[in-house]
Amino acid sequence: MKLTKEELDKLTIKTAHEALVRGDFTAVDLAESYLAVIKEKNDKLNVYLEVFDDVREQAAEADRRLRKSENVDILTGIPLAIKDNILIEGRKCSSASKMLENYTATYDATVIKKLKERGVIFLGRTNMDEFAMGGSTENSAFGPTKNPHDETRVSGGSSGGSAAAVGGGLALAALGSDTGGSIRQPSSFCGTFGLKPTYGTVSRYGVMAMASSLDQIGPIAKTVEDAEIIFDAIRGADGYDSNAFDLPKYSATPTKLKIGVPYAFLNGGGVDSVVLDSFNDLVEKLKKNGHTVEEVSMPNLHYSLACYYVLMPAEVSTNMARFDGVRYGLHLDGQNVIDDYKKTRAAGFGKEVRRRIMLGTYVLSAGYYDAYYNKANQVRELIRSDYENVFNQYDVIITPTAPSPAFPIGKNTSDPLQMYLEDIFTVPVNLAGVPAMNVPIGFTNSSETAPKGLPLGVQVTAPHRREDILFVFGRVVENLK
Amino acid sequence: MLTKKDIDNLADLARIDLTEEEKTKLQKDMESILGYVSELQEAPSVTENHQPDQYYLKNVMREDDVPNESGADSEKILEEAPKRRDNLFVVKKILDN
Repeated sequence: MKLTKEELDKLTIKTAHEALVRGDFTAVDLAESYLAVIKEKNDKLNVYLEVFDDVREQAAEADRRLRKSENVDILTGIPLAIKDNILIEGRKCSSASKMLENYTATYDATVIKKLKERGVIFLGRTNMDEFAMGGSTENSAFGPTKNPHDETRVSGGSSGGSAAAVGGGLALAALGSDTGGSIRQPSSFCGTFGLKPTYGTVSRYGVMAMASSLDQIGPIAKTVEDAEIIFDAIRGADGYDSNAFDLPKYSATPTKLKIGVPYAFLNGGGVDSVVLDSFNDLVEKLKKNGHTVEEVSMPNLHYSLACYYVLMPAEVSTNMARFDGVRYGLHLDGQNVIDDYKKTRAAGFGKEVRRRIMLGTYVLSAGYYDAYYNKANQVRELIRSDYENVFNQYDVIITPTAPSPAFPIGKNTSDPLQMYLEDIFTVPVNLAGVPAMNVPIGFTNSSETAPKGLPLGVQVTAPHRREDILFVFGRVVENLK
Repeated sequence: MLTKKDIDNLADLARIDLTEEEKTKLQKDMESILGYVSELQEAPSVTENHQPDQYYLKNVMREDDVPNESGADSEKILEEAPKRRDNLFVVKKILDN
């Protein structure tokens, strides 16, 4: 029995699980229904770099578990999309790069291992900016992912494929990774919930490192509940990632929220009026529903982007050093071993990756290290203090997730700095290591800057290890609608 | 200010062959980005008695032991090597005659 597109649209992880247990449809039915949507839409949208050829077999195995009521979990038989920088043993994993076009993963990432145990179906690997460097998926070596709400526009990035898969109905939920906004910003552009967990909550073993002091894996989903279910499934301490820890039991979760808004930062210019208007509407609704919304002072927040664009490239240049054409990936022959490296890395890395490696090499080089890298680390501490001070008095901080709705493909590709400004609201969160989530708040009406029907989002940020408050906020907003 | 020679040096350090055209573009892009990040110089400094928050990055140590069974994954890993001989990765010789 195939599900119609309308039926799929209404489905959540919980309702799908209940239907699977009741036997309304099977995991194979569900998987085949998604494969049909993928077949119809993927050529146009370029969401999946590869749709796995064993999806039916995976689903049949889940059905076996469901029929026997053996190890049945809420995620058994649930079809997910996986960002192409997360390793699944025996499958290709390219980070959307020519460097790894033919690389086959030799082991499972911890998050994949956990999902496999629960019987999740992996539909395929999703497009992204090469090595997660970008905010539009235009840096993919395999072409941009188009926005499911408007094919002339970007899906955001770097987890653009995962967000478009969920927003466009090509998967029930997905995994992404977030270093400076790569889960939240595409979620804002595609109308999905996207959670960047507290730094260290989810093991990064088996995700390709970009900037190790900032990287996190997280879920992209249609509802708060779905995001929470996946988050609970993938988090926890892991012997293979020394940063990963078990979340303590949450202390009492508030129901009426004390919300801080750093208005000085918001009104600093560069934010589309469509975004500001929708944000202000939301604030009014929150107040009417009994929540407190007040202006807060975060005086160092406006240094975040400058801080990020020093620390991130520094870490990128270090992490990318592993691609030497010796142990795996692309290899080009040169005159000598150094020449091998240079030719391989020139052919394997795209423009943005090369740009960031060069920047990182510069800020870490003798004579500039103190002025850039050390200074940025100090500023990072100041930014963290800003968050700490606000969270002494407030439950959450809210801002828009992105300064504009999804922009046209090609608009920012010639000016890297313009593209970097897209990260203005998401980057500070990674520097502080706190958790944050994009919550969809509706769609644009036609205006001078945007056509009708583009998704808009709000970013909610909570103190370290308080994802529970993010979920409360998400449910509050879900129920406002 | 970045000179052409700076770009050559950085490309050499980063082990990336760049075309002349790309070097020119990179010089321009990097100047614009470094110009932007230079606003960090105006940021206040951390005070001497500043305490990092309790979740600030810290080193996590562990015993220097082998977490996996020796050799268990060697074949899978070597299969991904562009050039191998038996259980070795093959590289060009690094010492001149």
